[in-house]
Amino acid sequence: MSKRKRVVLLIYILFLLVPIYWLLNMSFKSNTEILGGLSLWPHGFTLDNYRVIFTDPSWYRGYLNSLYYVSLNTLISLSVALPAAYAFSRYRFLGDKHLFFWLLTNRMAPPAVFLLPFFQLYSSIGLFDTHIAVALAHCLFNVPLAVWILEGFMSGVPKEIDETAYIDGYSFPKFFVKIFIPLIGSGIGVTAFFCFMFSWVELLLARTLTSVEAKPIVAVMTRTVSASGIDWGVLAAAGVLTILPGMLVIWFVRNHVAKGFALGRV
Amino acid sequence: MSKVHNNKAWWLVLPVFLLVAFSAIVPMMTVVNYSVQDIFDQSSRYFVGVDWYRQVLQDPRLHDSLLRQFIYSACVLLIEIPLGIAIALTMPTKGRWTSLCLIVMAIPLLIPWNVVGTIWQIFGRADIGLLGWSLNQLGVSYNYASNTRDAWVTVLVMDVWHWTSLVALLCYSGLRAIPDVYYQAARIDRASAWAVFRHIQLPKLKSVLLIAVMLRFMDSFMIYTEPFVLTGGGPGNATTFLSQTLTQMAVGQFDLGPAAAFSLVYFLIILLVSWLFYTAMTHDDKTR
Repeated sequence: MSKRKRVVLLIYILFLLVPIYWLLNMSFKSNTEILGGLSLWPHGFTLDNYRVIFTDPSWYRGYLNSLYYVSLNTLISLSVALPAAYAFSRYRFLGDKHLFFWLLTNRMAPPAVFLLPFFQLYSSIGLFDTHIAVALAHCLFNVPLAVWILEGFMSGVPKEIDETAYIDGYSFPKFFVKIFIPLIGSGIGVTAFFCFMFSWVELLLARTLTSVEAKPIVAVMTRTVSASGIDWGVLAAAGVLTILPGMLVIWFVRNHVAKGFALGRV
Repeated sequence: MSKVHNNKAWWLVLPVFLLVAFSAIVPMMTVVNYSVQDIFDQSSRYFVGVDWYRQVLQDPRLHDSLLRQFIYSACVLLIEIPLGIAIALTMPTKGRWTSLCLIVMAIPLLIPWNVVGTIWQIFGRADIGLLGWSLNQLGVSYNYASNTRDAWVTVLVMDVWHWTSLVALLCYSGLRAIPDVYYQAARIDRASAWAVFRHIQLPKLKSVLLIAVMLRFMDSFMIYTEPFVLTGGGPGNATTFLSQTLTQMAVGQFDLGPAAAFSLVYFLIILLVSWLFYTAMTHDDKTR
């Protein structure tokens, strides 16, 4: 039984990794080798594709832009979601359930619906093509998610801790920062990871709200399609580089990520 | 946990409320506004009532993509949920392989959606892709760009590749939360592996499964980028899903009125189905 389980898991993991390996394989090949025939590993190993990306500002600035608005979004989402999640986990107040559900409905709004209104809204207030515009737009789905996950983690902290702290004379802000936030540290880490992830993978809104100054890497990648056909090698290299930030951040939350995927509710 | 009634808690929620309202209510009202007007330019706009809705609901193109969308979401749920549970059951519970396993499984979730499309585009092509090339070498004629069946299978396999890990990770954390005494009791009763699954694991997975079903339904119903990059909606309209039809209508043809009416109908469908799941979920919490 145990052996069969291991085989199933191994097959699944291979299924996950082979397409990624193929992308990696292709990123180390020249275009002539890619189109010249199939080879399981790069024969003429080259870093030229990566060199193109790291020397061309329009490429590497795409990465910087993406990282910038993603970090900004994570920061905004966390700072507004923390107090709200606390309120939802500790208090009953007028319209709390409706508000919670309304927040979640925004996670259900197809981004395609919001493309044009967002474009007009951010143009009219002069934020079009800025990092903050994308960061704010991504709050639409990241803030509800952050509230949801944090509320799950916070509900796991016994309420007696709050009460004891208040009796000991802590004010709310002092209690929140000094005692409560350290207690749900892993929850915050996981939430940050999720905000980062969903903002990083999103293309539609990020592309619509930017043109030059804040253009994200995912939009730059569409450039590789030129008159002479698709530059497969550079496209693959750019793809590989978009996978790396995610793998870096997941390393930090690896022990809590499973709980985070359950939105802190297990 | 009993909660204190305190309306001052609104102050804590206010920033979230304002921020999300800015990103949600203003654009939503713009959409509502478009959906009831015929707009030629800034000065000449006419109130048309529900005309756009009527037109949209009778548009065969939308019926087609709506049907495709439902079939697609159903396929996604039917494949990914059982597969995700199965994978979660095979995952190691302790040891150094656990972290590695978790990280590897999370990789597809962290890849930008257009890159997911690109990966499968490169992987599936008959000339340069391992998958397409191997299949053709084996004598299976395969071309996702020209054959409807192949396009559908590729888009589905891509989604399974992309999202099954989410279901598996959710179930994995659900399984970890089952206390060991349950398994000990089952061992004393000499319960079979199936009985353990059916009567201990599955009931305990219920709440995470509902999250998984809800997330997978919403996201598969809103899918845009991956099939757009992979097949561009083709061959013909075979893999043109709702979001893509909508974007074509709004940005391509600039039919703002019908597109807005369609947006609202689209949103309402997702809301309705998600509400059903949500009610089931909170109902479960109440009875426990």
